[in-house]
Amino acid sequence: MTDLTSLTIAAARDKLANKEFTALELTEAHLEAMDKSKDLNAFITTTADLARARAKESDARFQRGTAGALEGIPLGIKDLFCTEGVETTAGSHILEGFKPPYESTVSQKLRDGGAVMLGKLNMDEFAMGSSNLSSYFGPVKNPWKAKNRDGDLVPGGSSGGSAAAVAGHLVMGATGTDTGGSIRQPASFCGIVGVKPTYGRCSRWGIVAFASSLDQAGPMTRNVRDAAIMLTVMCGHDPKDSTSAPLAVPDFEAALGQGVKGLRIGIPKEYRPEGLNGEVAALWDKGIQWLKAAGATPVEISLPHTKSALPTYYIVAPAEASSNLARYDGVRFGLRERGLLGDSLDSMYSKTRAAGFGTEVKRRILIGTYVLSAGYYDAYYLKAQKVRALIAKDFTDAFDKVDAILTPTAPTAAFGLDDKQDDPIAMYLNDVFTVPASLAGIPGASVPAGLNSEGLPLGLQVLTKRWDEETMFRVCQVLEEAANFPSLKARP
Amino acid sequence: MSLDNATIRRIATLARIEVPAAELEAAAAKLSGILSWIEQLREVNTDNVTPMSGGTDLKLPWRADIVTEGGQPDQVLANAPEAHGGFFVVPKVVE
Repeated sequence: MTDLTSLTIAAARDKLANKEFTALELTEAHLEAMDKSKDLNAFITTTADLARARAKESDARFQRGTAGALEGIPLGIKDLFCTEGVETTAGSHILEGFKPPYESTVSQKLRDGGAVMLGKLNMDEFAMGSSNLSSYFGPVKNPWKAKNRDGDLVPGGSSGGSAAAVAGHLVMGATGTDTGGSIRQPASFCGIVGVKPTYGRCSRWGIVAFASSLDQAGPMTRNVRDAAIMLTVMCGHDPKDSTSAPLAVPDFEAALGQGVKGLRIGIPKEYRPEGLNGEVAALWDKGIQWLKAAGATPVEISLPHTKSALPTYYIVAPAEASSNLARYDGVRFGLRERGLLGDSLDSMYSKTRAAGFGTEVKRRILIGTYVLSAGYYDAYYLKAQKVRALIAKDFTDAFDKVDAILTPTAPTAAFGLDDKQDDPIAMYLNDVFTVPASLAGIPGASVPAGLNSEGLPLGLQVLTKRWDEETMFRVCQVLEEAANFPSLKARP
Repeated sequence: MSLDNATIRRIATLARIEVPAAELEAAAAKLSGILSWIEQLREVNTDNVTPMSGGTDLKLPWRADIVTEGGQPDQVLANAPEAHGGFFVVPKVVE
């Protein structure tokens, strides 16, 4: 049955409908693959029994003719999504043991669509990171290996467990979340497709909050069509999230196959800084040629505030995080560190948070607290909000001239799990190409487009204007067809 | 921008995160490095720019201020490290 893990979501959907195999067989094949790939550490929690029960329910719905859009499709859920009765940790010690009594809106929509959850995927603690090295539950390994070089590689982050599980054929697709690149960068590192929709497309309700004005959920899959299928199910208005858009959700799969003839593709000159990795630059040029050959017109554009995006992000995101993470106080859920008898409430808070949060999370809470503190608010936070407005305007102006923008997803391929990582700013630079779109709230996707000289995946990023994921998917599909990317085979 | 130990101690108190004295120096160095890097934003002219305070361009909706899912104390308390008689238990706060 191992070949069941090689199928795309689209193919499995059709074969399930044709009764070529059952949902339970499909789930069992993936549970077996998960079992064989424990070395990747992609999952924090596995839910095999729940998965079998839900797969049986899917088979019953196939019998009754009431199958949903993702009926019987085995998926992984990032451990940032609250899942009813199933431990949800956000990759943090402070939430260890937390079993939400409710289901996040996005994972509920996937359940309602018939998807079968196989488990909760590992991630950087509170989605803060680009390597998965900050997970309390240990790093995830990238299923890709470099040619001619030993050692494990990071899967990227923060949705690194999601990316590794999809690339390694442990699941057919996974949910991710993206605050500054946390879907797109790991997708690029693991050679899969990752989509961050427009801010407001997916409800944030029930997703552990990091930076609320930036957080968006999205699908991670092995091809563009599967991402379109998953995203259509995940999106939609939710009154429980005031920033969820009350807009009709297009059938994103229906947008595929229209090609890019006549589209104008923006090539931002600021994304080609001096010192850009030569292989990344060459792949970007190839991508431009592929779109040109398919009938699109490349147009050089300028996004003048690009270089301000990362420092802006590292004010806005920590500021929001310091506020959002104030709730982890040892009172309502998760860890409580007791001090000496007679210790104050404040002391209990401080001890709990010192013991429960990891280094990077503490660092961001402290930065966020500082930039919001009296006397510094205007100089840092308000300033960043103004620069953010300028970054968003750069994109608005650009989309007057072009229909989509093509850039590299990340400045490098996956790096080594054991590479020394003690400079936070060097780590932040992983997201230099993804953060601007997050600040602007526009949709972005990463498509695997080629391998570097070490045989490691590199992705290209496609951006479009707000609410125009359909154009984004069209461009992605043309890139996918032209790239003919050598995806990993199911692991033996 | 360089943060001294006293500033780190003050921020850590505001954030309710205990930072051991031995770690103050290292924390100050890392945070100062990040803040110095952030300072480059000062070069950007933001005169007459309206700050962007959220991620959406849509108008935020009003909603009725009513209880939607109340009356579930057991579920609310289910994950509490310590609960008693329908309440969260915390260290004594009144002398």
